[in-house]
Amino acid sequence: MGSQVHGAQKFDNAKRAEIKFSDEAMKIVETIISRYPEGKQKSALLPVLHVAQAEFGGWLSPETMDYVASILNIKPVEVFEVASFYTMYNLKPVGKCVLEVCQTSSCWLNGAEDIVKYIEKKLNIKVGETTKDGMFTLKVAECLGSCGTAPMLQCGASYHENLTYEKVDTILENYRAEGKLRSYTDLDYKNTL
Amino acid sequence: MGRKLLIHNDHIPNIHTLDVYRAHGGYASVEKALKIMQPDQVTEEVKKSGLRGRGGAGFPTGMKWSFLAKPEGVPRYLVCNADESEPGTFKDRYLMEKIPHALIEGMITSSFALGAKQSYIYIRGEYFYVARILEAAIAEAYAAGWLGKNILGTDFSHDCSVQVGGGAYICGEETALLESLEGKRGNPRIKPPFPAVAGLWGCPTVVNNVETIAAVVPIVNMGGEEYAKIGVGKSTGTKLISASGHINKPGVYEIELGITVEEFIYGEEYCGGIRNGKKLKAVVAGGSSVPILPTELILKTAKGEPRLMTYESLSDGGFQTGTMLGSGGFIAMDEDTSIVKNLFTFSRFYHHESCGQCSPCREGTGWIEKILKKFLDGTANESDVDLLWDIQSKIEGKTICPLGEAAAWPVAAAIRHFKHEFLEIARNKKFTDISHYDRLNKLARV
Repeated sequence: MGSQVHGAQKFDNAKRAEIKFSDEAMKIVETIISRYPEGKQKSALLPVLHVAQAEFGGWLSPETMDYVASILNIKPVEVFEVASFYTMYNLKPVGKCVLEVCQTSSCWLNGAEDIVKYIEKKLNIKVGETTKDGMFTLKVAECLGSCGTAPMLQCGASYHENLTYEKVDTILENYRAEGKLRSYTDLDYKNTL
Repeated sequence: MGRKLLIHNDHIPNIHTLDVYRAHGGYASVEKALKIMQPDQVTEEVKKSGLRGRGGAGFPTGMKWSFLAKPEGVPRYLVCNADESEPGTFKDRYLMEKIPHALIEGMITSSFALGAKQSYIYIRGEYFYVARILEAAIAEAYAAGWLGKNILGTDFSHDCSVQVGGGAYICGEETALLESLEGKRGNPRIKPPFPAVAGLWGCPTVVNNVETIAAVVPIVNMGGEEYAKIGVGKSTGTKLISASGHINKPGVYEIELGITVEEFIYGEEYCGGIRNGKKLKAVVAGGSSVPILPTELILKTAKGEPRLMTYESLSDGGFQTGTMLGSGGFIAMDEDTSIVKNLFTFSRFYHHESCGQCSPCREGTGWIEKILKKFLDGTANESDVDLLWDIQSKIEGKTICPLGEAAAWPVAAAIRHFKHEFLEIARNKKFTDISHYDRLNKLARV
């Protein structure tokens, strides 16, 4: 592939050679592909990118996207144009836990801005930044469909709803104690109402 | 107490499992349709029911189904739109999370009517955990023979699977959804051709909202005519309403179409009134894209008649004095709410979610957000109100998909009914947000 540039990230051939789905992840990917008619495997792209993001450190590097393209037998640019369109794919490295605080109408009406400020102060980062220890990235998100249980934040597959400051404290403490990478594909999601 | 047809069993423990769902009458519509009905008869019942699309547009479902092209040898698809992303709307999530089999049953019965051997449930990526719940339910349905080959010993076979999206409001637009389902960016397609002729992979496709498909179950069970007896006029049946904002009891309510807006807001059975004894200031009745209305116009029409929760009554008076039922995303705001700031959260949303294909929407949504930010910063001029009006009027009707209208309408309505709030900020060169963050208030003030 040479040293072409995907967005802001440089392509690294050595890194690309190291990227390979675990057997378990590959089984999931094969199941996803089997849901579409023959020759329509490109349809699997969005779900497979979620698996790849969870598998390879919580973000999609140019090498990861190249690998996904090779699995689905499509061009790398077809992967990049999709990955760069949808908000759930990270094209830059992020913390182990990405906290996404919903900020649209009903959440705003119920104090989402105060929740964001509280987390900013507590973690000593601004929206869009990652803590020095690489544990948390703070983001704001547009309506996550939790308007009746506002304010809320999403972390990986988990919805944390009806937030209060005490609740945020507990959530952050728990994630820090676990120290795990949190992904949308997690099976051990927790929903706290 | 109104009749409930969709979430009447939501309180039953383990209703998400096949056994419990079955014990409460689940999958009866599949039995009835496959054993004693012809596919066209099912479509006929849906037509008779008067069911209208529950995603927001309110298009008659039976008519949409009858448009489906049926060329020989070409597969047809049913795609469920579970990309619920309209701010204020969370009913589909509730239905899928609590009673996943209600959707799957509806998918099978509807697919039988349409002659679809394969269906997909396209669910927004953020609802990943809900997709897990659906996948578990689908696995149960396969194991019990409700999905797969020769269902109930008939020659009808059907496969159903879930696809998660990647986070994009635009994919709730049906052609953008199909693009996304094909593994592409969610750019809406130019219509015609409509999906009924050329949809998923170019094949005839019906795209229906979660609630619409779930409503096919009671329609087949009770018959279209019986279903149509519920409601008022062309607003038949029941509707899930997502209620949020400054109300005492936010949540998902199934209402019979035709109850008054006043009963919905103040009735103990529903929202239970406005929190903390505050007064109601305004309501967004059908999701962020429908026009906001001040209290006096949401409770009564311009003619002074009580406003009803129906497609017709809510839109009575057109956009001058009315609004739309939309997706049923009902957001109530108390007297302390800044309409300008609420609009800002909507406009920021639409700017973020514009797919970027059409210049009026791509550029216009950004300009609107920037100008509204000037109001919040206290640097806006009075002429900026006219500028906002001008921009929104130049987006509407000039884009491939309705996201343009969805972005324009809330701006127009906020100015139409609350122009004084914009002017006051512009004159004072100051914006003070006194909106009432009631859940956090105690802590925020310490």
